[in-house]
Amino acid sequence: MDFFFIHLLNALLSAATLFLIAGGLSLIYGVMRIINLAHGNLYAFGAYVTAWTLGKLLVGAPTPILYLVLPVGAVGAALLGALLEPTLLRPFYRRAEEYQLLVTFGLLMILGDTMHFLWGPYPLSASALWENSGSLMIAGNPYPYYNLVVIGIGGLAAAFLWAFVYKTRFGVVLRATSQNMRMASALGVNVNRIYVLAFTLGCFMAGLGGAIIAPSQSAVLDMGVDALVLSFIVVVIGGLGSLEGALVGALIVGIVREAGITWFPEIELAVLYLMAAIVLLARPAGLFGRATT
Amino acid sequence: MNTVAVALPTRSPVKLLAGLAPIVVLLLAYPWIASQYQAMLLGYGLVMAIAALGFNLLLGYTGLLSFGHSAFFGVGAYAVAMTVKYLGVSSMELFLLSAIVSSILIAALFGVVCVRYTRIFFGILTLALSQVLWSLAFKFFWVTGGTDGLRVPTPTLLGVVTGTGDKIDFIAHYYYYYILATFFACVALMWVIVNSPFGKALQSIRDNETRAEFVGVQVRRHRWVAFLVSGLFTGLAGALWVPLNGLVTPESLHWTFSGKIVFMAVLGGFRAFAGPIVGAVLYTYLEAYAVGNTVYWQFVLGTVLVVLVLSLPTGVMGTAARLLERWRGRAA
Repeated sequence: MDFFFIHLLNALLSAATLFLIAGGLSLIYGVMRIINLAHGNLYAFGAYVTAWTLGKLLVGAPTPILYLVLPVGAVGAALLGALLEPTLLRPFYRRAEEYQLLVTFGLLMILGDTMHFLWGPYPLSASALWENSGSLMIAGNPYPYYNLVVIGIGGLAAAFLWAFVYKTRFGVVLRATSQNMRMASALGVNVNRIYVLAFTLGCFMAGLGGAIIAPSQSAVLDMGVDALVLSFIVVVIGGLGSLEGALVGALIVGIVREAGITWFPEIELAVLYLMAAIVLLARPAGLFGRATT
Repeated sequence: MNTVAVALPTRSPVKLLAGLAPIVVLLLAYPWIASQYQAMLLGYGLVMAIAALGFNLLLGYTGLLSFGHSAFFGVGAYAVAMTVKYLGVSSMELFLLSAIVSSILIAALFGVVCVRYTRIFFGILTLALSQVLWSLAFKFFWVTGGTDGLRVPTPTLLGVVTGTGDKIDFIAHYYYYYILATFFACVALMWVIVNSPFGKALQSIRDNETRAEFVGVQVRRHRWVAFLVSGLFTGLAGALWVPLNGLVTPESLHWTFSGKIVFMAVLGGFRAFAGPIVGAVLYTYLEAYAVGNTVYWQFVLGTVLVVLVLSLPTGVMGTAARLLERWRGRAA
């Protein structure tokens, strides 16, 4: 039973970060109809900013300070997003999807090497926070407290986003724009402003995912490309453009991954990709997606 | 999509061949006028051109953007490595045959699933399926060698030419001409395909699916056959690539490799027949020189891609055609 409990916690842990990355990807697609192939690298950027700040800038700082500064990666990724949307993506909304995929693929290469240039080829760690947080005993095995914090942050982020999208005025405008951009624009919504805010929020989520993972797993160069394909699986299962879908998809992928790592490590990844393909065949719009034309 | 249509000037076959002759002569003479390294590099470029040509049957002619063509390239490459490892074969013709058979099988299977979708869903589905193969090659290391990959020795060409001597010399001469011959055959075959009634039907699907259906085109079946042919060309390229590289790794199956193939087609211009060919050769040189001069070569290529898509969406060939037209207009 306790054995099962630890697996459940691990599944929730990967679901929490996956939800943040995939949720951001899905939010951006939902509002702007852009699949951002560089999204994984914004997650990596968040991880690097946090790892650098905590591991290099604030070495030896007390743990509460480290916790306070943890979200700096999310802020960094959000700022980067706020810079990228008006300069690089805005010219592409009126063009075919192919070009949006290409420009974000180019952005993926550029961001990857920019991080390589800024932080070097070696992993950057911020393990002090993870080590200082200690651990509790579950079934005679130590389980890091920090992992519980990550799960908590994932849950809180999901709750905040839900409240933000469904309970605030901005959320109403956001949903209206995603339903019908022209109509929203005709009703006086500043679509450019909504787009830049939605993109920034999506990048903030990816960056937060990176920030909370940095203390336990370090920031490494190819983490972004790997995370992107996993979050594709999440949004394909859950439904592109749906936050509920991203949450359910992240939970499913988290559980299957944890089961895969434990019982069928060789085909763990293959099973995930096949799941995505099967869901797409049975329900093209995903479990929670609405059919798009 | 319709804004970037580039009309190919219709010319008589004789004039067309006359125009192509200098290029053919240059390609034939290249190993004698350039260094061995240059001949090898062009060999790489021609191999990628076959892959990009196959890819573009989907993007340029059928209107489907595949982000999973690494699957066929990698399957072709691994088919060669497997025939070496398990059957002890060293004949290049048998390599090509194994690559053709296996890429047809995979393309037929993936095609059934993928052609039900278009646009972004087609792209994601092809990407997800190609990643299944990547993860299998990555994890089943006792079959595929995992990240170490599989070594492939120099093959025997046409049952007579063996690369027992200088390997570089073999690659830069005998093997270069082997690639060149296959390349010419593929270009001719693709030219026939896109200009056949089948090719025209694909273009009608690309331009307006509903109307194509009205005039009696079986849309899904046509897409599936196009997917098959496209995968076959790319798989063949994968097999030709193996002796050049000497090693097959899961990298050739990863989705970022598919991105490179897309890049090539767009760089050359995916609405022109020769676009992907020009794009693949240009890309090969661009990558080789970027990798040779900086560790940040991805930054260089990414910037090229972004600038290209922003300023020259019709690619090198599309832009050249437009400039030529303007120049002709001024001359007249």
